[in-house]
Amino acid sequence: MRRILISLVFLPGLLYGQNPSANKILEQIDRNMASKNRVLTATMIVHAQRGERIMELKVWSEGDKKSFTEYLSPARDKGTKMLKLEDQLWMFSPSADRIIQISGHMLRQSVMGSDLSYEDMMDDRKLTDIYDAAVIGPDHIDGQACWVLELRAKTDDAAYYMRKMWIDQERNIPMKEECYAKAGKLLKQTNLSGVKKIDGRWFPTKMTYKDMLKTGAGTEFIINDIQFDATIPESVFSKAALR
Amino acid sequence: MLTFKLAIRNLIGAGLRTWLNVFVLSLSYVVIIYMNGMLDGWNRQAKTDMIHWDTGQGQLWQKNYDPVDPFTLQNSFGPIPGELNNLVKEGQIAPVLITMASFYPEGRIQSILLKGIPDNQKVLDLPTASMIGDSTEISALVGKRMAQSNRIKVGDLITLRWRDRNGTFDAADVRIAAIFDTNVPTVDAGQIWIPLTRLQKMLQVPGEATLLIRGKSEWPSFNSEGWVSKDLKTLTAEIDQIIKGKSFSSAVMYLILLLLAMLAIFDTQVLSIFRRQREIGTQIALGMTRWQVVKLFTVEGAMHGVLAAILAAIYGIPFLASQSRFGIPMPKATDSMGLAVAEKIFPVYSIGLIIITIVFVLITATIVSYLPARRISKMNPTEAIRGRIQ
Repeated sequence: MRRILISLVFLPGLLYGQNPSANKILEQIDRNMASKNRVLTATMIVHAQRGERIMELKVWSEGDKKSFTEYLSPARDKGTKMLKLEDQLWMFSPSADRIIQISGHMLRQSVMGSDLSYEDMMDDRKLTDIYDAAVIGPDHIDGQACWVLELRAKTDDAAYYMRKMWIDQERNIPMKEECYAKAGKLLKQTNLSGVKKIDGRWFPTKMTYKDMLKTGAGTEFIINDIQFDATIPESVFSKAALR
Repeated sequence: MLTFKLAIRNLIGAGLRTWLNVFVLSLSYVVIIYMNGMLDGWNRQAKTDMIHWDTGQGQLWQKNYDPVDPFTLQNSFGPIPGELNNLVKEGQIAPVLITMASFYPEGRIQSILLKGIPDNQKVLDLPTASMIGDSTEISALVGKRMAQSNRIKVGDLITLRWRDRNGTFDAADVRIAAIFDTNVPTVDAGQIWIPLTRLQKMLQVPGEATLLIRGKSEWPSFNSEGWVSKDLKTLTAEIDQIIKGKSFSSAVMYLILLLLAMLAIFDTQVLSIFRRQREIGTQIALGMTRWQVVKLFTVEGAMHGVLAAILAAIYGIPFLASQSRFGIPMPKATDSMGLAVAEKIFPVYSIGLIIITIVFVLITATIVSYLPARRISKMNPTEAIRGRIQ
């Protein structure tokens, strides 16, 4: 099956003697990375100007529309929970003992002081729905041959006007992504590494997000354990689970 | 007249006791006039500064705009009515476009209000003309507070990131063209000003604004659909409320002072009536009615207020006049609360304030003097002449 898919991806390029179709590569990534649901525990390391903050968290997610996150440590963040359902986001903070909905301008704020904003977490539309993608050439990252994809917004409401993605040619996973402002300034960069074969699929277990306008080494997101297609009770994705 | 003469003679005869009472009461006069004059001066200065820097003579707000709710900003753009174009070109009306943005001082991220205003406007005192320059660069203005808190200097290049009308991120560097010094923090703290046409282009809202500020010329007739008018009274209502709160807290202070003075007068009256029983008895025996004696004692007490007014004038007028001329220096941190406070406040003493203060103190002193004097009307003159306690 995989061979057939690879052929589907690369055959047109070979036929024309050019790069493969970017949309096909994106679809292939979706197939490789997507799962019905996943449960993971991860460590988030925020490299701030005044030192680093390390947080442990557990995430339950179903498709792109539903996710539930619980912070396990450090003590001051323990018990903080976030629930995303479609385009809505709620947060529970045990110190305030309140559930608040993150909306409007608050979505632009940083998640727990990291280089990620809430709206980065909220953008769950398919890349192919928002961007026109084109392969602009091959490249290498850590010795791995990659295709470089350039994605230009085809809708008015795309968060980033242009993105560049480096896709591992062999394993069909993104290795690096850059997000650009309309004026061409590099705004965000994501590096993916620690690729492991989990449940028959290649998956990056370390992601480093960096707001390129800020100083600092960015935010590392390290997946310690991940389960695909696990059984998640529906009650997890409810506001009642936040308290 | 006889009552007055007697009252003054008795008061002067009482010596130091009278002068102590008069001094404390005179302090009440001076403090009441000083505190109220300072608040009036502050109120006037704050409103004048706000008109010059922030509100103009009146504003029109796009119907969705709510300055205390930043969530409204992304939907608060409206086309500037065509009928106002000439006044906008002449600089008599200043359209202002407002959006949320982020800027990166020393590698940190900070949320700010990014405001666009025409560089040729003549409505506000903002030095917008200094934004006219090289068209390849975006020139910006910041206030002194914003510059100090983020260590910004003229000529610095700072990075801004914003979202356009559709939500797409964009970023650019802007050059600080000038740093303005104002008493009005509402145009300074957490804000960066750039030319209006630039911001319209950046947000993809050509010809649109969030609010319109007028100068001295009235609004011409135009189709105001989608715009809400805000008059000067509404725009400066916050200052009135703060001054009202301040008036109450300062009133507590001078009422305590006045209470002390009144207590002293009251005690003096009680003591006088006790010590001068024989005098009271003799006066009644010689033909004065009881109420004439009550009147004499009441006038004596009330004369404290008159003497205090004279004493207060002797030392208060030079003091208050000097404060009014040279101003009262205010601590630098006072205006960090979001209220317009100048480095110096010049008190304003209105005739009304002075008259009301004098009448108020005199009436209070008269009432306080009358209350103990009422006992005289119940005195038996023969017992009083004998000096028996009644």
